Amino acid sequence: MRADDILGAIGNTPLVGLPTFGPGSDVKILAKLEGHNPTGSMKDRIALRMIQEAEASGALTPNKIVLEPTSGNTGISLSMICRRKGYRLVCVMPDNVSTERIQLLEMFGTEIVHSPAARGSNGAVALAKEMAADTKYFMPYQYGNEANPRAHYDGTAAEIVRDCPEVDVFVAGLGTGGTLMGCGRRIREHNPNAQIVAAEPEYGELVYGLRNLDEGFIPEIIDMTVMTRRIKVGTEDALRRTRQLVEQEGIFAGISSGAALHVAVRVAEKLSKGTIVVLLPDGGWKYLSTGAYGGDFAAAVKRLEGMLWA
Amino acid sequence: MAVEVRMPTILRKYTSGAKAVEGSGSTVREVIEDLDQRHPGVRGAVVTDGGELHRFINMYLNDEDIRFLGSLETPVSDGDVISILPAVAGG
Repeated sequence: MRADDILGAIGNTPLVGLPTFGPGSDVKILAKLEGHNPTGSMKDRIALRMIQEAEASGALTPNKIVLEPTSGNTGISLSMICRRKGYRLVCVMPDNVSTERIQLLEMFGTEIVHSPAARGSNGAVALAKEMAADTKYFMPYQYGNEANPRAHYDGTAAEIVRDCPEVDVFVAGLGTGGTLMGCGRRIREHNPNAQIVAAEPEYGELVYGLRNLDEGFIPEIIDMTVMTRRIKVGTEDALRRTRQLVEQEGIFAGISSGAALHVAVRVAEKLSKGTIVVLLPDGGWKYLSTGAYGGDFAAAVKRLEGMLWA
Repeated sequence: MAVEVRMPTILRKYTSGAKAVEGSGSTVREVIEDLDQRHPGVRGAVVTDGGELHRFINMYLNDEDIRFLGSLETPVSDGDVISILPAVAGG
């Protein structure tokens, strides 16, 4: 694979079988390894698409500062892309994200504005929206930007139906909803009976905090009719599957990958025949400091409980 | 049907601080109605005046989002667990 620059190396990630997780020879689970993108997550795809579309429409010009609320991966992807393209970038994120994430942003020269951890990622979104009233900023806003699902419709999902035309079930984590919307639409066009299953992270209580329910948040790009099922996954199940991915398959992935795999395995157990594609959004590098991959399991779960691990 | 209902921190002011309470009924809606008898305010916090599930509330029956089952009319069985979670942004 040869590309003109690093941005040309985004996408075309491997789709690999997980032979130790299939309950029998008639039910197969394949994993889309999005950790193989240049900054190690599938957010490279959507960050690039949002920037490209904004440049094309004239919403983003060289004098503007890019501003985005993000708990991590989108910020890292935007940091790399803005560095390559020469834009200034400001990311708004809650206080309680992992240290590697902050180091990565700072390495690329991104400025960080912290929002209070107690108000979680919803607080980061609210603060970024306030700041974006200033016209010096351009906010891609992954939660409401259709370029996000489009990146998956034209990229991720096109690769999946090319590499695995027999796909019956697609499983991915629910964050902005971009992956599920973009991949869900394309995969259902390809196979109208396909199940589109969301894995919803269930964090520790601290993450949900005491915030008012009226301050709740549902990303604008989410259309509930694209999904057919949503299953919540707690920290313990997510971490157990993340460790199993390393132990059984030799795949080093992030915690939300474990959550998605947990849902894929549950769906697989009820199938007599079929092919499940599960999207593993990132690699494990950014979670090493949490002690997720070794040592006492219960202690690792406890540490992760207070974090936004997806 | 006896069902365990797990409450998020924000709703525990209605349950004297209890993390989980017991309710009974044959559907999720009936369980919530039953809870509201003993813990007034719970229904108003999760169900709108129009009788729909509150937009910013996610409710799970044994880990499955009830919006993809039968919403508030989803049948429940003895020993089921209903979890109530506020909607949180990700990404």
